[in-house]
Amino acid sequence: MNMPKQPDSLILRVTGHFLLPLLIMFSLFLLLRGHNEPGGGFIGGLVASAAIALHLFFTDVQSARRLIWLDPRDLLGWGLSIAIASGVIAMFSGLPFLSALWTELTVPMFGMLKIGTPLMFDIGVYLVVIGTVLNILLSLAEAEEA
Amino acid sequence: MNSAVALQTTLPILIPLISGALSLVLWRSRQLQRGISVLGTGALMIASVWLLLSVYADGIQVMYAGNWPAPFGIVLVADLLSSIMVMLTGITGLATAVYSLATISKKHEHYGYYPLMHLLLAGVNGAFLTGDIFNLYVWFEVMLVASFALLILGGERAQMEGAIKYVTLNLVSSAIFLSAIGLLYGLTGTLNMADLAVKLADHQDNPMVQVIAMLFLMAFGIKAGAFPLFFWLPASYHTPRVAVSSLFAGLLTKVGVYALFRVFTLIFPLGDSLTRDLLLGMAGATMLVGVLGAAAQFEFRRILSFHIISQIGYMLMGLALYTPLAIIGGVFYIIHHIIVKSNLFLISGLIYRLQGSYDLKQLGGVWRSHPMIGVLFLIPALSLAGLPPLSGFFGKFIVIKAGVEAQQWWLVGVALLVGLLTLYSMTKIWAEVFWKELPEGAAAPAQQRGGTSLMVITIVALSTMTVLIGVAAEPVYKLAEHTASQLLDSQAYIQSVLGVN
Repeated sequence: MNMPKQPDSLILRVTGHFLLPLLIMFSLFLLLRGHNEPGGGFIGGLVASAAIALHLFFTDVQSARRLIWLDPRDLLGWGLSIAIASGVIAMFSGLPFLSALWTELTVPMFGMLKIGTPLMFDIGVYLVVIGTVLNILLSLAEAEEA
Repeated sequence: MNSAVALQTTLPILIPLISGALSLVLWRSRQLQRGISVLGTGALMIASVWLLLSVYADGIQVMYAGNWPAPFGIVLVADLLSSIMVMLTGITGLATAVYSLATISKKHEHYGYYPLMHLLLAGVNGAFLTGDIFNLYVWFEVMLVASFALLILGGERAQMEGAIKYVTLNLVSSAIFLSAIGLLYGLTGTLNMADLAVKLADHQDNPMVQVIAMLFLMAFGIKAGAFPLFFWLPASYHTPRVAVSSLFAGLLTKVGVYALFRVFTLIFPLGDSLTRDLLLGMAGATMLVGVLGAAAQFEFRRILSFHIISQIGYMLMGLALYTPLAIIGGVFYIIHHIIVKSNLFLISGLIYRLQGSYDLKQLGGVWRSHPMIGVLFLIPALSLAGLPPLSGFFGKFIVIKAGVEAQQWWLVGVALLVGLLTLYSMTKIWAEVFWKELPEGAAAPAQQRGGTSLMVITIVALSTMTVLIGVAAEPVYKLAEHTASQLLDSQAYIQSVLGVN
């Protein structure tokens, strides 16, 4: 392979490896915090994609693909399906499309946990955003490397 | 609220969304995607017929998304106009899906043709059904994003060139649309269309209302391909695959026309306003410019594209005259036009399959080799030109009669002249493609692939519908009559959405 080697920066590589898990955790935090406070699936998905984009800076496309281990198109499809399903669930209980349904769970050592279909919708959006951004980014990066 | 009502108003949006999501999940399998596309659009058509039947029987159906009450949440409202448009979307969608099986290449399928097609249908149906002006904007965007991608799928040079004009002008239109919504919200504090109609009644003397109405006129005028900002349409519609062109030609500009009908009957009733005079002028100019543009063209699909514009003029004329008869004519015209225009594009694709070109000068002799295709072409072509007893005759007749009653003589003159020039255009295609001998050194036919029979079946089905609309013009007229009276009586719409005031 006669690929132009990317400039190798020690600082970027070390901080990148260090930042990646933090950014992913932050994106999950944003995702779960959403709905009533600033955050949600869209912004969380963008942060997660940015984290993987950072990884792409100091490695190559293959490594980034291994990192997400799913094809971005799968993320896109499943995310969209989950988001639509979250709206359809309400229709089975005779409520209109997209009605929010909530349920409260008592988790040991944690306390009350309120989960509902809006969270499911947000998870769907999260996956769609990651899928879309990475699909674009990886295609561009592949076109450049080829 | 009745959950059957909620279901039937949601299904026309939900079915294409689910089909799109499923075809994305199954992107590895071509066969499954093809199956889903036909099943999904078929289900969509059945759901749309169900919706139209119940709206016809029980009046306007309203669905409150997320169970939020009316002026606060987003509502989906299915009145007769909406459900007719949704049904036409179902018909065009199914026709395109079947036709695509035979014509879309593996490469296009690989790049996500089917998910995009479903997304486009979801956007179109969403725009037809929503009762919230900002939500209308969102559906417009869904539809446009899908159409941008479909337009450049394949990445040929001509496609890029057309797409630049298409994207630029549509984004300008979206920006204007969004500004108008912002101003409207600032003025009234609501986005629900029924609520807007109520609240704007208190702002009759505010000059700002006129400004906002003009902005809407411009934004939807661009989307509908009306004069003066129509040139994105003939620059782009002939560049993608024929199935895509046909879907665009049938549906996209009609979403703009639908938005004009909705906004200028419900939110800004036309009456004797400046907007109405402008719209009358636009209608005349659109008809004339479109048909003259077509006369100068020698590319099959470009001629058809220019005719979309001139036909949009008739629909606008129906709206602008703003008499009950004129609105009936406008609605009838939309019903007739969507089917005829999609069909003509599909026929151009069939002839391309046979002779490998869209250029009239390269084509010829089809009447001798395939007389049945000649008959199939004549039905929509003569209907487009308005020859009785085909569907186009009744559409033109009603609109022109309304023009005579309103004593808009010059507009009537233009409409009659344009009908004649349309006949000239169709005769030109007939003489070049069907009668003329195949010229020496004509392009070689496109490489033979199976499935020509699927193309023919689709065209036969659509041509049959055109004949039926002509033969059974009375029931269709009755339907259009109900639609018009619903449109002109905005109180019924407002009451169905907001409850009894």
